[in-house]
Amino acid sequence: MPVKTLAGGRKATYLFLLLALAAGVLVVLGLADAFAQNPFGAPRAPTAPPPPDGVAGWIMQKQAEFYRMLNGTIRSAKTDGSAVWLLMGISFAYGIFHAAGPGHGKAVISSYLVANEETWKRGVTLSFLSAMLQALVAVLVVGIAAALLGATAGTMTRAVWWIEIVSYALIAAIGARLLWVKGRGFLREWAALRAPKSVGAAATHAHEHHHGHHHHHHDHHGHDHAHHDHGHDHAHDHHDHDDHSGHSHGPTPDQLAGPGGWKRGLTAIVAVGLRPCSGAILVLVFALAQGIFWAGIAATFVMGLGTAITVAAIATLTVTATGLAARLAATRTGYGALALRGIEVAASIVVLLFGVALLAGYMASERLIGV
Amino acid sequence: MIRLLSFAAAALALLAAGQAQAHPHVWVTIKSEVVYGADGAATGLRHAWTFDDMFSTFATQGLASKEKGKFTREELAPLAEVNVSSLKDFDYFTVARANGKKADLKAPVDYYLEFTDGLLTLHFTLPLAAPVKAQSLDFEVADPTYFVDFSFAEKEPVRLTGAPQACKIAALRPGEGGSQAKPQGQAGEAFFNNLGASSNYGSQFANKIQVRCP
Repeated sequence: MPVKTLAGGRKATYLFLLLALAAGVLVVLGLADAFAQNPFGAPRAPTAPPPPDGVAGWIMQKQAEFYRMLNGTIRSAKTDGSAVWLLMGISFAYGIFHAAGPGHGKAVISSYLVANEETWKRGVTLSFLSAMLQALVAVLVVGIAAALLGATAGTMTRAVWWIEIVSYALIAAIGARLLWVKGRGFLREWAALRAPKSVGAAATHAHEHHHGHHHHHHDHHGHDHAHHDHGHDHAHDHHDHDDHSGHSHGPTPDQLAGPGGWKRGLTAIVAVGLRPCSGAILVLVFALAQGIFWAGIAATFVMGLGTAITVAAIATLTVTATGLAARLAATRTGYGALALRGIEVAASIVVLLFGVALLAGYMASERLIGV
Repeated sequence: MIRLLSFAAAALALLAAGQAQAHPHVWVTIKSEVVYGADGAATGLRHAWTFDDMFSTFATQGLASKEKGKFTREELAPLAEVNVSSLKDFDYFTVARANGKKADLKAPVDYYLEFTDGLLTLHFTLPLAAPVKAQSLDFEVADPTYFVDFSFAEKEPVRLTGAPQACKIAALRPGEGGSQAKPQGQAGEAFFNNLGASSNYGSQFANKIQVRCP
């Protein structure tokens, strides 16, 4: 018996660690993204970077190295066909390292996945699609503005600025919607935990949890239904479907293909992928000036591929951590589930907050072509 | 479980990496002159910043010019105007200190752009709000957000113009010299504790121009 208690205690500790980890992940990602993504838009003082050392410094240095190699390689690709392959290799490496830095929607995608109880597979798909869209937008901006219309850097930057505003507003809107849905879910969970205790059903509730929490849950509300007002209960029932997969076994396949599933994901893809990366724009303009625009386009998509891999890896880590926490929570009393709902709410808040922060950063400063 | 936790640790390490700032997208090579008046007081700092080729190409994209691939000072004048006015929001990435005390800089004068061998160079002078005679005059050039990477030119990065004979000038690259800022390492608490209002947060990776007049 003591052994079992010990195991239970350890489980609780792990659960706690995982929840803390998942929360930490989101906050760190959110802050890094919100405040560092656009140096020209962000306030200066609070963004003092840590001195470049350790892993962060190394990644930063690698990004810079690969980026610095791009221009030389584009130049040589002009005359030497084999240099194109080198260009692709460097672009790929740059994409991988670059996405490890701020930006590129890691935070939006990760938080979005956590808040929506999505699978890692969907996370990977979202990461790839948004990265490809991002590359496409960069190519379209430069292709249309610079190559076709002969627009100036100022015009292009203004175009990108508008695209960014739309993108950030979308992120904020997604966050607000998630918060609305998940916040209500949290409150419901909270109410559900309280309610049975008052009727004296607490004992059964807790006991049955690890067997079939959601069944019980569902039933319980079914009973409640009779006593409570109709409107309230309707909302309840509607949400119960989402709920059970959350605390017991992780998302089910039907949720993946469920109605509105991809439409929902599409908003996230667009919100994240709309904003082109400034590095890609510079590369494209440079390739255009060298007369090998096509090489720039290829490089941009290869960069996007590298970016997608990193973002997908980070999204997978986040989702896995939350998923493990979810599994542990399922074996515990209802409070574990409540904590999970709490994480979803926190993730929603992160999405909303940095949508707003990015937007505010931009609105506050209309920096066109900096230096 | 242990595996799970080491996995979590790996995730955290990755995230710490995520905290790194955006890498530079613009490289600037600095050449600067500290300018003195007839009375031996320093009046300002004259910068010549040369941008890297990608940014130079980007910035000149679509600009009208008589000769393809070449730009005259006049053709670049509107761009110089944009550059200088946007630099204001970043305090020209330059901090001045006279005898250790922050000295105010005024809006740039005599600014123009040059286009040579595919590279843009922005020339501008930052006048000191009040001319100073000081034993030590220091300038720091850096972008704390690290979007712009500043570095001194290889050859003669700094010089004095019209300074009293005894004055000496030196260019210190990031991490070199400087008594108050340790060159590397020790992030953590010490770093953040030093981020007071009076401290210079960029000093760790700033390019420093030191003028000493005994």
